[in-house]
Amino acid sequence: MVDTNGVPSSATAPGDADSTENTASAENTETPRPAASTVPGLVRRAGGAGAPPVRRGNTLLRHLLIAVVIGVVVVIATYQITPFRNYQLATIGAYLCVLPGLILLTGFNGQISLGHGALMACGAYTVALVQDALGGEAQWHLLVSVLSGVATATVLGAVIGVAAARLHGPYLAGATLAVAASVPAVTTTFDGLFGGDAGLSFAMAPAPESLGLYFPFERWQAWLALLGAGVTMLLLTNLVRSRFGRTLRAVRDDEVAASLAGIHVARVQVLAFVVSAAGAGLGGALFAVLAQSVSPGAYGLTLSLNLMLAIVLGGLGGLRGALWGAIVLVALQPLADAATRGFSFSPEVQQRLDGTLPLAVFGLALIVVMTTAPGGIDGLVSRATRRLGQLGRRSPR
Amino acid sequence: MDRFVFLTLDGLSKGAVYAAFALALVLIWRGTRVVNFAQGAMAVATVYVAYSVSNATDSYWLGFAAAIIAAALLGAVIEVVVARRVHDAPPLNAIVVAIGLVLLLQAVLGMIYTNEYLAFAAPFSERALTAGGLTLLSPYDLFVFAVVTVLLVLLTLLFTRTPLGLRMRASAFAPEVSRLLGVDVARMRTLGWVLAAVVGSLAGLLVIPTELGLHPTAMDDIFVAAFTAAVVGGLDSPAGAVIGGLIVGVLLSYVGGYIRSDATPLAVLALLVVVLLVRPGGLFAVPQARRV
Repeated sequence: MVDTNGVPSSATAPGDADSTENTASAENTETPRPAASTVPGLVRRAGGAGAPPVRRGNTLLRHLLIAVVIGVVVVIATYQITPFRNYQLATIGAYLCVLPGLILLTGFNGQISLGHGALMACGAYTVALVQDALGGEAQWHLLVSVLSGVATATVLGAVIGVAAARLHGPYLAGATLAVAASVPAVTTTFDGLFGGDAGLSFAMAPAPESLGLYFPFERWQAWLALLGAGVTMLLLTNLVRSRFGRTLRAVRDDEVAASLAGIHVARVQVLAFVVSAAGAGLGGALFAVLAQSVSPGAYGLTLSLNLMLAIVLGGLGGLRGALWGAIVLVALQPLADAATRGFSFSPEVQQRLDGTLPLAVFGLALIVVMTTAPGGIDGLVSRATRRLGQLGRRSPR
Repeated sequence: MDRFVFLTLDGLSKGAVYAAFALALVLIWRGTRVVNFAQGAMAVATVYVAYSVSNATDSYWLGFAAAIIAAALLGAVIEVVVARRVHDAPPLNAIVVAIGLVLLLQAVLGMIYTNEYLAFAAPFSERALTAGGLTLLSPYDLFVFAVVTVLLVLLTLLFTRTPLGLRMRASAFAPEVSRLLGVDVARMRTLGWVLAAVVGSLAGLLVIPTELGLHPTAMDDIFVAAFTAAVVGGLDSPAGAVIGGLIVGVLLSYVGGYIRSDATPLAVLALLVVVLLVRPGGLFAVPQARRV
């Protein structure tokens, strides 16, 4: 149904499972392999329409090539746009670290998390604390702090994931919602460490001098965030196409059948949570790098809900939905501003609409998408392109 | 000792509100297997109605009545227009739609009333009465207990003594059989949402004047506490919701009074996690065969 790496699928027939390709990608993604099915037919069928078409060749190598090409294009693009656009691009990049992991968790594994804002806060606060401890003058300080942000979020994700593996549907959603709602309480309770409501700000090294004396800081931030996004996307696209990806879907579709097929269901669910938590930690760390400060207000309940609605609007069927979701999150506020400015309201009305109109649009869009087109934007786009493709193929005959 | 008595009574009074709100969650869960994450926002919307009507008429009670009527309408509209469409879908769909409703309701309230805190006075004094040197309850606390008790009695009577209550229970537990026997299951579900909205609105009316102030997101933390209360009692049991609400209220009161008030959301989280891990069916769940 959904092609996860953005390449038009035409080369081989779908469903032609090639065992050499499968093992190659599973080894390359460097993930602990779960005790997977000894009945591959069952797993493949359970993957159902969500399973991407299988192609020959080395998946990791091909994805790496695509990533490099996209990377070069994006780097060229960052030279052409204003610092503000670069900052927006950086924000999209930071969201693109979080959202694919959340799609992996919710779309591929069927676990609902409303608490990923808390995991992002974990990554962000770690960056602030480590930067402060190191001084933050050198580039390697940033590398160390971002990596420790990912590490602490991963640990927290493992803890939540162990609990989550025992919960279902609304119970899981409610529990993770409570986690998200407790972020401000943690920062005010331990205000000596986390700075309470005011949060923490930290120093950060400028772009390396080798890039030129007048290299804009926003462009440097965009590079950092997009590098994170690229690494995340590359690893996760390989992960969902590996044996582990099929195990995820098998667990989502039927836990009983999956465990009969020899899959350790709870372990797979915890692993999915850990992987998505690592992405959230990286995203949160990059948000801190973008703002050079952290405060509880930025990582509260609203952020968690925004993440959820981004992946739902973008589409849960494949990782590409993350791209749409990130763009929607970043573009909605400017679009709403432009819309209200177009109508020249009185200043009072303008003030009332300022923060609320995007929320209203978001809420309405969520309800409409979920009740009419659950595939999200990605689903609509791929349906449209498929129809175009069919038209193109049919006409010459 | 004085402090302990005060904190306990204060916690029971807050717990009564959590209990009412948890009851609203349980009502919808029993009827439709949906946890209504929009319950808080719906309640806030009706309290804004009460605020407007009270200010226009100078009468707290007219506002109170208007809020109840608005809640019934809101519950019916949301069930018919939105909730019905996700009833047979996976749990994710219902949760996402509810989150959409939260954002939409909060945004619309912000547009109409601005995002500033509004003062909404309580109808009775909140100053605690003292007896024999002990600080006890305030008249407003007594009002809260009275409302929640009346609510419980009415709901119990409705579900156990009336044909309508029987039909509602039947549609919740065996929709197919009920349909065969001539029960309009869809209407019973709508009615369930109406009841839940009214109960949630009552909880909002009781809690917002005390300490929160009227704000579009005023019920967010209450929602988390009430969800915890419902889980403590087991999402299926109205009696459990009430006991769960009182437990959560007293616990939060002790944590706020003896440790620090900022830490109460952490206490809620800890309680929720412990209950979910030790007894996911709730503390008062009767062992039952697992439905597959």
